[in-house]
Amino acid sequence: MASLKQRGVEAGMKSYRWLEHRLGLIKPLTEAAAHPTPSSSASWWYVFGSAATVLLMLQVVTGILLALVYSPTANDAYGSLLILNHNIPLGWYLRAIHGWGSDFMIAIVLIHMTQVFLFGAYKFPRELTWIVGVGLLLLTLGMAFTGQVMRFDQDAYWGVGIGASIASRVPLIGAPLVHLVLGGPIIGGPTLSRFFTLHVFIIPGLLLAGVGVHVWMVLFHGVSEWPMPGRLVRKATYEREYKELTHKTGIPFVPDAAWKDAVFAVAILLSVMACAFYFGPIGPGGPPDPTIIQTAPKPDFAFLWIYAVLAFLPPPIETPLMLVAPVLGVAAMLLLPLFASQGERHWSRRPVAVLMVAVIAVALGAFTRLGTYTPWSPIMDAWTSDAVPPKYLHERTPLQRQGALVLQDKQCRDCHSLGGAGGLRGPALDSIATRMTEDQIIRQVLQGGGNMPAYGKALNPSETKALVSFLTTLRGDDLAPAINPAHSLTNTSDLQSLQPDLPKAGKRP
Amino acid sequence: MSELLKHPGESQNNTLSPEGKAAAHTRRTFLLKLAVGLNVVVGAVLAVPLVGYLLGPAFKRDADTGSWITIGAAKDFPEGETRLVDFISPVKVLGDGQTAKLACWVRHISGEQFQVFAINCAHLGCPVHWFAQSKLFLCPCHGGAYYENGERASGPPERGLFEYKYKVVGESLVIHAGDMPTLATQASCGKKPLVNIEPAAVGARSSWQA
Repeated sequence: MASLKQRGVEAGMKSYRWLEHRLGLIKPLTEAAAHPTPSSSASWWYVFGSAATVLLMLQVVTGILLALVYSPTANDAYGSLLILNHNIPLGWYLRAIHGWGSDFMIAIVLIHMTQVFLFGAYKFPRELTWIVGVGLLLLTLGMAFTGQVMRFDQDAYWGVGIGASIASRVPLIGAPLVHLVLGGPIIGGPTLSRFFTLHVFIIPGLLLAGVGVHVWMVLFHGVSEWPMPGRLVRKATYEREYKELTHKTGIPFVPDAAWKDAVFAVAILLSVMACAFYFGPIGPGGPPDPTIIQTAPKPDFAFLWIYAVLAFLPPPIETPLMLVAPVLGVAAMLLLPLFASQGERHWSRRPVAVLMVAVIAVALGAFTRLGTYTPWSPIMDAWTSDAVPPKYLHERTPLQRQGALVLQDKQCRDCHSLGGAGGLRGPALDSIATRMTEDQIIRQVLQGGGNMPAYGKALNPSETKALVSFLTTLRGDDLAPAINPAHSLTNTSDLQSLQPDLPKAGKRP
Repeated sequence: MSELLKHPGESQNNTLSPEGKAAAHTRRTFLLKLAVGLNVVVGAVLAVPLVGYLLGPAFKRDADTGSWITIGAAKDFPEGETRLVDFISPVKVLGDGQTAKLACWVRHISGEQFQVFAINCAHLGCPVHWFAQSKLFLCPCHGGAYYENGERASGPPERGLFEYKYKVVGESLVIHAGDMPTLATQASCGKKPLVNIEPAAVGARSSWQA
């Protein structure tokens, strides 16, 4: 028995030697996998980079499988998505994994980047690793945007329109740029082909090559050690110190540190599968037919914050900000390691870095939250679907009730809420009469201003009269109505009754 | 590893005598340089048409795009009303599918006076909705609002709605459609600039462009 086992082992070793003698890759790869890494880096905080790579592999595999069925033409894409969802066995599951995998990938890439930033791991000699990483983040976002177009539904159609509209704002070359993005004069067949080529060939190629370079540099410089307050990075000494550290306390990356990466990879894959199984595939929404205008286009989660920001930029500076801010942001990320390549790595000694992360995270979170319920958008059907609260109609004159009808009929509710129902674009009207006098309401309604259109041409005098008389009854919980202090002063008869000795023409006392 | 990667010239320069350097400039070195040079030339010759193919759509002149198409009989649009009209884009190509269908808002002012608006909001191109009761176009994306005549009313757009050029031919209403309307490629594709651009917005834009 023993000799049989021995012979088996010998045969195995012989074939390994045959293979490795010709291939020459197994030994260097094994050595690279077992490269010494500081024992302090064998931490759960160091697992996000490998998790992003695992998700990229998942996306590649599921993407190839989807491409077996998906038809990348504007004519058939939507239909092939429906076939994937409903007719191909497990097609829905593949779409769901690919969709949720992309959301997870963006999240993990961002977490990885935040961790590297907070740990100061981008400093010497790993500056280029960070710079390539910024490129990988942009490519990942590029995959997300082009992938959203692959889901060729209403949102994809109008999303491309938003992209083209932004491109059209570039000075001088705006028009050629739009044509280049769309592949023609309108959003159509060539547009989807272009985005398909980007999503399936160009960006994935760059992404895989970039990940290769990124991982090579991680191996070349070693995994950064856990930062310690007061231990400064100096170009003259860092590499020697790092060598000593890994020499003294180093552990082989595989298996001593990599087991945590492997465990986290399992957890993240299970999470993607759970989301895919539980929530199902993302879309498609309505068909990409631009004559169906009953739609409120919205981008995918990762771009909601941009969508929200675009609602708040003041028109005069919108174009410059839209075009310049992203360039500055990316430039700042790229240049960061060149300007801060030495010094403290620990977050407790880098308050500005921590503050930046906090501010950026809160801003992104707030804008994303706003993007989920778009308070700036009129609610197109509020005027027919939301009722006027009954308490606002009790004990009202016929004219005031007529005013409530005018309010509904003229679509005021699309932007203004009553009793919590209606649009959020303008202020809620429940207590409008405590803030504005009758004259002010009339002026605001007829002339508009402060982001409200003028209704002078859409209302006749009797409608205006009724509407304003209704609005003046809206005083919250019977709060005092707004008054114009100047009004009582200019009312000469009142003044005379108070001070009968004033002359009739009335000089101000 | 690093020794192997050293540039051959670098290591030789320090060690070799002038005679040795001369010997290093062999016919093979010359031929390699010549061949690399030829590759650069051939590469450039190859690249020009490839880049031209890629950028082809960008270099198409606006005037080449689009044509006049009939969108209905003029008498089908009641005076004083604004209606949504579907039409098939005259610039559609193979494989466009339902994206070749487009829509526009037709406002019949009176007689032969019309206004034909693109449905694309002047902000970021989302489809605007017409509300006849309040006489407003509202955009679902970021809340841009326009008056009945297409002028900007409120919200993020910096100008009024895009307008198609139109004419009444016999009984038909005909519009000139081509490019997707954006701030750079406006709905009417002729050389005549669009009416209805707010002077203030024009000033702001051109000063930024300059």
